[in-house]
Amino acid sequence: MSIERNDQFRPKIVAFCCNWCSYAGADLAGSSRLSYPADVKIIRVPCSCRVNPMFILRAFEKGADGVILCGCHPGDCHYSTGNYYARRRMTLLFSMLDYLGIERDRVRVEWVSAAEGVKFSTTMNEFVDSVKALGKNVRLGDLRCKN
Amino acid sequence: MQRIGLFVCHCGSNIAATVDVKKVTEIMAMEPSVVHSEDYQYMCSEAGQEKIIQAVKEKNLTGLVICSCSPRMHEATFRKAAQKAGLNPYMVEIANIREHCSWIHKDIEEATEKAVILARAAVAKVNLNTPLKPGESLVTKRALVIGGGIAGIQTALDIADAGYEVDIVEKTPSIGGRMSQLDKTFPTLDCSACILTPKMVEASAHEKINIYTYSEVEKVSGFVGDFTVDIRKKARYVDMNKCTGCGACMEKCPSKKNLSEFNRGLGNRPAIYTPFAQAIPNVPVIDTEACIKFKTGKCGLCSKICAAGAVDYEQKDEIISQKYGAIVVATGFDTINLDKYDEYAYSQSKDVITSLELERVMNAAGPTKGHLERLSDGKHPKEIVFIQCVGSRCSDDRGKPYCSKICCMYTAKHAMLIRDKYPDVNVTVFYIDVRTPGKNFDEFYRRAVEQYGVNYIKGQVGKVIPQPDGKLLVQGSDLLDNKQILKEADMVVLATAIEPNPDVRKIATMLTASIDTNNFLTEAHAKLRPVESPTAGIFLSGVCQGPKDIPETVAQAGAAAVKAIGLLAKDKLMTNPCTAQSDILLCNGCSACANVCPYGAISYEDKEVNDHGIRETRRVAVVNSALCQGCGACTVTCPSGAMDLLGFSNRQLISEVDAICL
Repeated sequence: MSIERNDQFRPKIVAFCCNWCSYAGADLAGSSRLSYPADVKIIRVPCSCRVNPMFILRAFEKGADGVILCGCHPGDCHYSTGNYYARRRMTLLFSMLDYLGIERDRVRVEWVSAAEGVKFSTTMNEFVDSVKALGKNVRLGDLRCKN
Repeated sequence: MQRIGLFVCHCGSNIAATVDVKKVTEIMAMEPSVVHSEDYQYMCSEAGQEKIIQAVKEKNLTGLVICSCSPRMHEATFRKAAQKAGLNPYMVEIANIREHCSWIHKDIEEATEKAVILARAAVAKVNLNTPLKPGESLVTKRALVIGGGIAGIQTALDIADAGYEVDIVEKTPSIGGRMSQLDKTFPTLDCSACILTPKMVEASAHEKINIYTYSEVEKVSGFVGDFTVDIRKKARYVDMNKCTGCGACMEKCPSKKNLSEFNRGLGNRPAIYTPFAQAIPNVPVIDTEACIKFKTGKCGLCSKICAAGAVDYEQKDEIISQKYGAIVVATGFDTINLDKYDEYAYSQSKDVITSLELERVMNAAGPTKGHLERLSDGKHPKEIVFIQCVGSRCSDDRGKPYCSKICCMYTAKHAMLIRDKYPDVNVTVFYIDVRTPGKNFDEFYRRAVEQYGVNYIKGQVGKVIPQPDGKLLVQGSDLLDNKQILKEADMVVLATAIEPNPDVRKIATMLTASIDTNNFLTEAHAKLRPVESPTAGIFLSGVCQGPKDIPETVAQAGAAAVKAIGLLAKDKLMTNPCTAQSDILLCNGCSACANVCPYGAISYEDKEVNDHGIRETRRVAVVNSALCQGCGACTVTCPSGAMDLLGFSNRQLISEVDAICL
């Protein structure tokens, strides 16, 4: 199914959400009917620390235009320390993105609690807008061997 | 390859109104591993579940994808259905096409397209699912209640009556909480102490209840059914076993001018004190900052006077480590700090007080012995102004966005009690709205207006200005008459917003229980699981979850107790089978995983491996699945990719990414 329609750029966005806070925040955004673009597709993970930065690069390689990682607020992690690990790993990923020539704004880390449906929705709206402004992600696609 | 059955739920019109369910069913039927694709009105209904069971049996399905509401709603339902059909329950994945799709999108084509992508991601995941088997863990049949107010006392009594051991941990020297500070209670005007103290006595006398006062929770580890908690019993400097509670030490203590916390700083207490006369336990504590013996080394009068020889200046804090199956949080509330509300002159005038302070003023054991007096000059006031919503329903960051819920009713109570006892005093209430939902609540408020002649003015107060003659000039507005009001008052009472106990953040972090932006503990489901935290084994009682009056608090305390009892009644719990697993062929024993594991679930063993024909003994990581909670921190840390998480494996997550980016 084609994602691009009416010549308008529709970015592909992958959102990793931790099961305890952000996924529940996304559910709350849903039940409160707080809309955000359909370009965002959510993958449920037990904790933000389960997200390997390689998954994010994989997404870019497969054609994603933006990836957002959402977890519990610092100090609120269901597993006590998971989001701290996620934060450090993502910091490293950002410098790697520079090296690869992928704009930093294509990746975002946000802390969204189970009670923050509004924040989830506004975050997604903002993120989609900023990715749209960057346009299509072609960099990793170019790096791939074309056969 | 899996043989997947895919079911698309209409959820009445909740999904079907925005997602073209037929189209999703048709498109998904073309996926290679999908051998059965069907849509139905309500998949969660008995008929819907029957369809799943039928399909599994008829088409010999090995996996299921249900496109429906959030897995947080019905994952358990569909897993049970799968189990009934003879399938491993962990062969089920949910594509959340309601909360994450139909409810937030308007355009049908767009929503349908997204639903298909979400379904594809779920199919991709199920393709790689493997049957999982949960383990078992034992339940410690003992509960911990944090907080000894009415919420904690009620929860503890209910759990103890069911036959389980309960420990109450209370920070202050006595149980009783906020309710012990109140004079009367709405809407029946019962004396607060008269209805609370029997409960306090019952709790302290109960053979199953153990109370740790002047104690705090210091450390929590473990998980549902098997928590280990360190409790710090602060040094009282009085031996609990020897003290007879005669009170001679408090009488003789020469350091008497210390602000009484119980009286909200309006009265004094000695350095060795019990907070109030009915305190339980009736054993004083020494405030070392106020005690002359501790400050100068001289004095020691209390020790000399104590016939029982209970005073012990050498006493040390004690750490008690105890195991619990369930933990109930009942940490209660405090009123907000009024520093940011300087317009009400709270810091400038002694005659501007909060409602909780008024409770102490009205109480016979309070600083004025129950006489209504101005705190500045002890004179009897003639005009009292009550200001509602001080810091509640506030749109800026000075106050709280929520309604504190209890203020309208306690203000009506205060107004009524004052008018009843002192008919010569005029009472005016400035309000935004009067909110009285509750049994006999509106009748109560109307009595204040109609029978007691309390003057209610709809409008806000802009400023309270202390006058040179000691009076207070209240500048307000009357919205109904559309005019400005200037009123001279002798006393102003502020209905100050309530907020969760400031310690709750620390406690929530220790318990890994989530809290919202206002520091109230979050419930597992706002409507259906209101007394449980999303963290298994943690229950919520009283105002720590949201503003409540006493009847609601007691009701919720009982509900939390029932949930805790339900847990304690079990001998064993099923553990989450989504645990980490190490591939011994890839593991190089580097210890990186053990370093990030918050549960100490990873250890290292020497194991014989057969690596492409080479047999050797290697030091490899071994996961204790009873301890592993499945966060996945180790999986990403592992430099050789040996660690993986069952149910959320690298390949499963990558396949989801691929399906979404396709």
